[in-house]
Amino acid sequence: MNLWRKLAWVALALVLSASISATWLSPSGYAKQYRDVTNAVPSRSHWLGTDDLGRDRFARVLYGTRISLLLAPAAALISTLMAAFIGGLAGYLGGAWARLAMAVTDLFLSLPWLFLLITARALMPLNVSPVVSVMVTFMLLGLLGWTSAARVLCATAGSLRTSDFVRQARAAGLSGGRLFWIHVMPNLRPVLYAQFWISIPVFILSEANLGILGLGVAEPMPSWGSLLKELEGMVSVGEEPWKFVPLILLVVVVTSFQLLLSRQEEMAA
Amino acid sequence: MLKWKIAGHVLTLAATLLLGGLLAAVLVRFSPGFDVDEQQLDPHLSSQSVEALREARKQDHNIVKFYFSYMKRAAHGDLGTSLALGQPVRTLLRDRAPLTGRLLAAGLALAWTLALTLALSAAWLRLSIYDTLTTVVSGTFLCIPAAVLALLSVLWNVPGSLAIALIVFPSIYRYTRNLLVKAYALPHIITARAKGLGEARILFWHVVPVAAPQILAVAGVSVSMAVGAAIPVEALCGLAGIGQLAWQAALARDLPLLVNITVLVTLVTLLANSGADVIGHMVRSQRA
Repeated sequence: MNLWRKLAWVALALVLSASISATWLSPSGYAKQYRDVTNAVPSRSHWLGTDDLGRDRFARVLYGTRISLLLAPAAALISTLMAAFIGGLAGYLGGAWARLAMAVTDLFLSLPWLFLLITARALMPLNVSPVVSVMVTFMLLGLLGWTSAARVLCATAGSLRTSDFVRQARAAGLSGGRLFWIHVMPNLRPVLYAQFWISIPVFILSEANLGILGLGVAEPMPSWGSLLKELEGMVSVGEEPWKFVPLILLVVVVTSFQLLLSRQEEMAA
Repeated sequence: MLKWKIAGHVLTLAATLLLGGLLAAVLVRFSPGFDVDEQQLDPHLSSQSVEALREARKQDHNIVKFYFSYMKRAAHGDLGTSLALGQPVRTLLRDRAPLTGRLLAAGLALAWTLALTLALSAAWLRLSIYDTLTTVVSGTFLCIPAAVLALLSVLWNVPGSLAIALIVFPSIYRYTRNLLVKAYALPHIITARAKGLGEARILFWHVVPVAAPQILAVAGVSVSMAVGAAIPVEALCGLAGIGQLAWQAALARDLPLLVNITVLVTLVTLLANSGADVIGHMVRSQRA
């Protein structure tokens, strides 16, 4: 295994295990307010200081990382399954179905992703409980992010439809549904894996963008997006460098996914 | 052949525009709180006035009716009035378009200059250290959210166009670099080098022309990316352009404004993609 990929796995494992251990590493939780030490600098009791409401920033980073790291793959799973269903089936059926599915896909693709996401998120309920806001944000990412993956899957399924082994299976009398699930779907698996991995960093970045613009996860629940929103009030970069920890973590995690992604792309090819 | 291609593009463009507008209208119509108008809560208004406001909103309930009347008025140049800002949509778009146009033009010019300079120099020098360095730099910018780059541009007091450039350039660089690497592996390049041609001549006479049509295809995509990036950049940098207007329209659920902006954004991205496709087709035909 390439050294960079090994490092990427190690970095992801470290960040993920730290975020999962948040309950033990920071037992006070992400919402507890230390009113007497608001906007505190890093200290032994608050490793990354506190925010303007006196909440421990280290705890918020750990819990925020957990939310972003666990729910982005969940959203990626939704979008990949949708892409497999819409794109895979359209490619397999071909003809008018494929044209219709690709026309809808093209319509979504003609709008810039961030514009589509912001518009759709703003139209969803905003004054909801933090847990619902988390669900709405990541569900929306999953429901809107299937288009480019569907295009790839439609093309792959289309080429499989005309391949020799599928023709042979059809000539042997296999029905459409069985042919799709037993023979076509397993051959789509490498492309599905690659699309799944591609979606994760895209969704992590999209959640961060939504959070900074105030359309992401609702307070007091933290996510990388809501943590990065703190940068908005800064006057200079050198003033409070510890506020950049969520950004550094995000860059490390997304870079790790990009490094692992190249391996998935090689496998899909 | 080219005429048919252009005609096909025009038809697709018109159909996608109509569908895009309808999609935006449907999204807004079924969003929660669509019926609520802040003015209805004004205690100074009489019950008749509140009822009149409710009646006015009811006209937008039937989405097909709303969209049909919108299309009819749009054909006569009337794009409606913004519900949140109380101004004609046409005036709002006209006033804000120049700023966004300048921002996008400068951002795209910077992004392309940076990406092509880095990709061409990496292809020319063929130094693994330089290649790794440029890949790391572009990869880092690819991993930073667009909104963070917008915030950093405010912190460092640099123009918003630079933020747009830094958002768009990594994708152009990566794609261009990969195309150039692939083109370098072609047999005629190996022959050219064996015949003793200089690196500059190989790059600009034999490698770039092969990759050019595919590089042109990214031009359309880069416009779409820049338009998307303009929203956080304008919203967070306080620039009164179309991106900020889109942001305000989305937050206020301003149906007339949002439908018009969606149509405008779709038009810009489709025109850019179609333009890049047609130019690419022309370049390929000339080479053939």
